[in-house]
Amino acid sequence: MAELDRVIKPKTKRTKRFLEKREPKLNENVKNAMLIRGGNANATITQVLRDMYALKKPYSVLYKKKNITRPFEDQTSLEFFSKKSDCSLFMFGSHNKKRPNNLIVGRMYDYHVLDMIELGIEKFVSLKDIKNSKCPEGTKPMLIFAGDAFDVSEDYRRLKSLLTDFFRGPTVPNIRLAGLEYVLHFTALDGKIYFRTYKLLLKKSGCRTPRIELEEMGPSLDLIMRRTYLASDDLYKLSMKLPKALKPKKKKNISHDTFGTTFGRIHMQKQDLSKLQTRKMKGLKKRPTEKLIDNQENGSEKNKRRKID
Amino acid sequence: MEPRSVEEVLARAEQAEAEKLRLITVHKDLELEFDLGNLLAIDRNPPTGLRQRNKSELETRLLGLARDNVQLLINQLWQLPTERVEEAVVAKLPEPSLRLPREKPLPKPRPLTRWQQFAQLKGIRPRKKTSLVWDETSKQWRRRWGYQRARDDTKEWLIEVPGGADPNEDQFAKRLQAKKERVAKNELNRLRNIARAHKVQLPSQGGMHPTGYQSRDELGKAMQVAKLSTASVGRFQERLPKEKPPRGPGKKRQFQPNIGDFATEKKNQLELIRVMNSKKPRMDVTKATNKQMREEDREEAAKKRKIAKGGKRKGRPPGPGAKGKGGPPGPGSKRKGGPPGLGGKKGQRQGGKRRK
Repeated sequence: MAELDRVIKPKTKRTKRFLEKREPKLNENVKNAMLIRGGNANATITQVLRDMYALKKPYSVLYKKKNITRPFEDQTSLEFFSKKSDCSLFMFGSHNKKRPNNLIVGRMYDYHVLDMIELGIEKFVSLKDIKNSKCPEGTKPMLIFAGDAFDVSEDYRRLKSLLTDFFRGPTVPNIRLAGLEYVLHFTALDGKIYFRTYKLLLKKSGCRTPRIELEEMGPSLDLIMRRTYLASDDLYKLSMKLPKALKPKKKKNISHDTFGTTFGRIHMQKQDLSKLQTRKMKGLKKRPTEKLIDNQENGSEKNKRRKID
Repeated sequence: MEPRSVEEVLARAEQAEAEKLRLITVHKDLELEFDLGNLLAIDRNPPTGLRQRNKSELETRLLGLARDNVQLLINQLWQLPTERVEEAVVAKLPEPSLRLPREKPLPKPRPLTRWQQFAQLKGIRPRKKTSLVWDETSKQWRRRWGYQRARDDTKEWLIEVPGGADPNEDQFAKRLQAKKERVAKNELNRLRNIARAHKVQLPSQGGMHPTGYQSRDELGKAMQVAKLSTASVGRFQERLPKEKPPRGPGKKRQFQPNIGDFATEKKNQLELIRVMNSKKPRMDVTKATNKQMREEDREEAAKKRKIAKGGKRKGRPPGPGAKGKGGPPGPGSKRKGGPPGLGGKKGQRQGGKRRK
């Protein structure tokens, strides 16, 4: 309850709601993205940012004016924008001779830059160049990362985490199966990353699960990784910290095997095994004559024991 | 019909099943890793199939790879438990397994306010109240507190003067004043709660609250403040026998103004030059006597110690003339400074600076 923390109390309910939306919470809001053009952005970069804005609506803000900053040198203006518009993801596009068609993707923690990765765009096909039907805005995309390069180096792993964070959208408990409309596919091959967007077509197959056909829909980019600015390990760990309330509750007496088998423990009192009720097998039941013989034998045994004692 | 063997029937059934699933099965060397909460799939197979010579076919091959991966992801998604929500089939997604960093730090737990502590102690729980109250005077339902509330005593147009009150007192102003005081008290308590939550010192308290582990200075300061907090602002407070009067606030050193009395300045400077020129050394009598006294005391103490040590070793009682202070007085005067004439510049201080 941070509005109880302020020396100046909010006077209207609207202000109070605004402040409550921005304060840190246990379960966080969906991350907003801000798309910024640098001082020397060209038409390609502008179109890329417009397409990303279309993909990420309504959780993104597109800045109309050019902002002359250099994120890798000075992060203060980015942090200021993030504070004003409450956005924790950003994409900054610029173009110069040394780094043509440059796109910096990054995220923030506590309004300070956490990670930033600079990508160069080699080939770009825009949404409006591909004359196919598009899907409505606000749908949750499916994400696929292909290629073993995404696990090899730390840069690529952070890039994977960053791209997931960027394009993921809101976390929902249920999803309408017919509403799975498009998929973003990232392939890492020979130092290049191919970013393709496909629209999903569900076709009939013999069984319940449909057969998939894909149709190229949206922006497609060929990217190469340039500079990176990754957060230090302890800052990253701090940002990943899970609050205690959200940790999965451990259930006692349940353990899991490496193979996935679940084991449970039951604590019982000591049982008298002679009085155990087992299944009655009628064929094995003793006949009355056999019972008699047994009794006689038991009697003689007892006599024998007494003699020894 | 010819009897067919069991194996043939089973084999045919399997084939039929495989045929049905043919359209949706995909063969991969390495299984994909799925995170259904995020609708994410990770394919770790090296993309060797894509590295062919001709560049033009890259797009189609990428499409093929994507189609396979998406098919596998869709197969997984269709396995999830579904339910019907308003004519739509909805699948229940599990929790996302890929952990991503937060955007803001964790909210800090805050300490309870004074009221909350008290309520917890007493077991008081908040009672649910109605939001509107019937107001007799205006004959309508009004809110319990806030703008145009039900029983607002500052808004009454007629107030009876109570029995024992001064007839010239303004009762309306009195009620307004009381309201202002209540508001101010509430605000003060709110700020105190915030200060306690942030462990910030309130400026009015000035660091004086008993912890049991206070330093000498803090205790002294607290005592001084307590002494001043009487009706006559500390003028008639008794002091302990040897306690010094407190050094009040204010200047500790007095400086003469730079351009003041020219006559005294001239006199002082001439005197200074005369003293510097004179060949005779000046003597500060009080300082001299004090130094002498100190040396004597030291000598006596040293002698005493030697005799005591010697006495212990040889077992002899201390010798004659146990050097008390009753010995013949040393040269020079002891207590009352020098002969009054030579007061020195330091003035008529009694006994000079007696060492501790």
